[in-house]
Amino acid sequence: MAIIETTDLTYTYPAGTKLSLQDVSITVEQGEFVVLTGPSGGGKTTLCRCFNGLVPHFYGGKLEGNVVVTGLKVGEHSIYELARHIGLVFQNPENQLFALSVEKDVAFGLENLGIPRGDIRKQVDWALEITGITDLRERPPHELSGGQQQRVAIACVLAMQPNVMILDEPTSFIDPVGAQKIFDVINELNKKLGITVILVEHRLDLASKYANHVIVMDEGKVVLDGEPREVFNSDSARLIGVGIPKATRLYQILKEKGISLKKVPVNSEEASQLLREVLTHDRG
Amino acid sequence: MIAVKDVYFTYPNGVEALSGVSLAIRDGEFIAIMGQNGAGKTTLVKHINGLLKPTKGEVAVDGVSTRKVSVAKLSRKVGFVFQNPDHQLFCETVEDEVAFALRNFGFKEQLIKKRVTWALSLLNLTRYRQTSPFMLSGGERKRVALASVLAWNPDIVILDEPTIGQDYQQKEKLRQFIVQLNTQGKTVIIVTHDVEFVAECNPHVILMAQGKIVAEGGAKETLTNRDLVTQAFIVPPQVSQIFFELSDLKLPTNVIDVYDARKVLLDRLEVSS
Ligand SMILES: Nc1ncnc2c1ncn2[C@@H]1O[C@H](COP(=O)(O)OP(=O)(O)OP(=O)(O)O)[C@@H](O)[C@H]1O
Ligand SMILES: Nc1ncnc2c1ncn2[C@@H]1O[C@H](COP(=O)(O)OP(=O)(O)OP(=O)(O)O)[C@@H](O)[C@H]1O
Ligand SMILES: [Mg+2]
Ligand SMILES: [Mg+2]
Repeated sequence: MAIIETTDLTYTYPAGTKLSLQDVSITVEQGEFVVLTGPSGGGKTTLCRCFNGLVPHFYGGKLEGNVVVTGLKVGEHSIYELARHIGLVFQNPENQLFALSVEKDVAFGLENLGIPRGDIRKQVDWALEITGITDLRERPPHELSGGQQQRVAIACVLAMQPNVMILDEPTSFIDPVGAQKIFDVINELNKKLGITVILVEHRLDLASKYANHVIVMDEGKVVLDGEPREVFNSDSARLIGVGIPKATRLYQILKEKGISLKKVPVNSEEASQLLREVLTHDRG
Repeated sequence: MIAVKDVYFTYPNGVEALSGVSLAIRDGEFIAIMGQNGAGKTTLVKHINGLLKPTKGEVAVDGVSTRKVSVAKLSRKVGFVFQNPDHQLFCETVEDEVAFALRNFGFKEQLIKKRVTWALSLLNLTRYRQTSPFMLSGGERKRVALASVLAWNPDIVILDEPTIGQDYQQKEKLRQFIVQLNTQGKTVIIVTHDVEFVAECNPHVILMAQGKIVAEGGAKETLTNRDLVTQAFIVPPQVSQIFFELSDLKLPTNVIDVYDARKVLLDRLEVSS
């Protein structure tokens, strides 16, 4: 079942001089783990803002075409209503944090949904634990390091466990071990609870192993849309500046020298296994 | 020359962010500071441009203590790009933003125009010259912040998370530019979690944990040292992971770059065939 469907989405910001989205038609199935990538300024954040109604309700301007999320036509429902189903981790964590303590920020969304106190407590504790910030719970978010703030922003959305989780470069400030741990948890929510994940990322080495659907945007348009292996290995992905996983890149440059691995690897496990076959075969 | 001598720093809320950091950076060096969130990286680099002064210890740039010069004066020499671009953007157009510091430093209008044009082109922002920085994407805003500092050509360039929001092409351009700065004898210090970028740039790496420097060395030796990366909450570059998984085949374990990787693999296959 499609959980997000856009048809011919076209949009210009009120102060914009060019189209930020142009005829974007995509379908995301319930339970997919989508990686959305492509050059800076390509329209990724703008598209995410259409999913939770920030575009057009908050940013204004005219949104042409259709966008339906969890069965709701975004144009006809308020941001507040949509927030019950869709959580968005902002690209810039500071724009999302405003409470006087980390704990209050993480509890805020849940309180708004009218969830019983005991449950709020449990969910907040869990989200803080998962993001590794339990010991920061009393601290004001504006007195934290960049990565600590971003962890709070992620905890806010994790605590809500929405049907659709949209994460806009959620780990750009987070140390790699922390990022991997958070991706693992998101992956678990995706696989076990069927939560649909849309992850905007430039650094694909860490994230791509979880994805089963990759969308590439450039200049406001969808230029590639498909299975990770195909998309990462396509010539156009590299040419427009997608930071394809190094495992895939290694496959490509080995091929230039006449060494073919049996399939296209997208992570280190796959690459080492395929290389092992070539290395041990030639020896015997 | 930057000399950090046994620096301690405590924020007003009582958090001790630096606990005895000593460091010497020579002119023309390229340094990447890496490590866990909250390790003290941003706090440390803010000491180099004088934004923060040590609670104890001393920081000197070219022999002058940061306590003895104003931030305004020091910033002519030390350019600083904040982790979060929103902390440094405030003008109405991208052009004014990039020209702001140049005007402050008293450059002539004609030269300002030239420098702005150059910086915008370097960072792929030419088409946004008259746009408000607040109407740009996240990655574009970061590039405006970079442009506004690189424009005045400081001797020491400090970039806190320069690759945030940047696609591969922008990163490659930035890498080439950093190399160029180094060959001009300029010092470049980046703070970053982007291990793949570090693997491609090959800087001198400083690892921080809990307010201290825990290790330093070449990118290859630090990023492939399992104990060190674990201590600093780093995940090794993907190429290094691949070679680690193949370590029983007696391949070298200090490979972090795809082209080096290819060379090693080709050598091995030729020898064995
Ligand atoms: N508030 C705004 N007003 C006007 N134009 C905007 C606004 N926000 C973004 N834009 C423009 O819309 C286009 C798409 O921006 P968007 O933020 O969606 O890009 P992105 O793919 O998320 O890029 P990045 O990877 O750098 O975050 C860009 O050209 C940008 O300059
Ligand atoms: N303005 C502030 N007020 C109080 N404490 C702060 C402030 N900024 C940072 N800290 C604290 O100081 C410590 C070091 O923070 P710093 O920003 O230097 O870390 P960092 O290594 O740059 O981390 P990150 O990778 O998350 O950016 C952290 O424990 C942080 O919570
Ligand atoms: Mg964006
Ligand atoms: Mg920092």
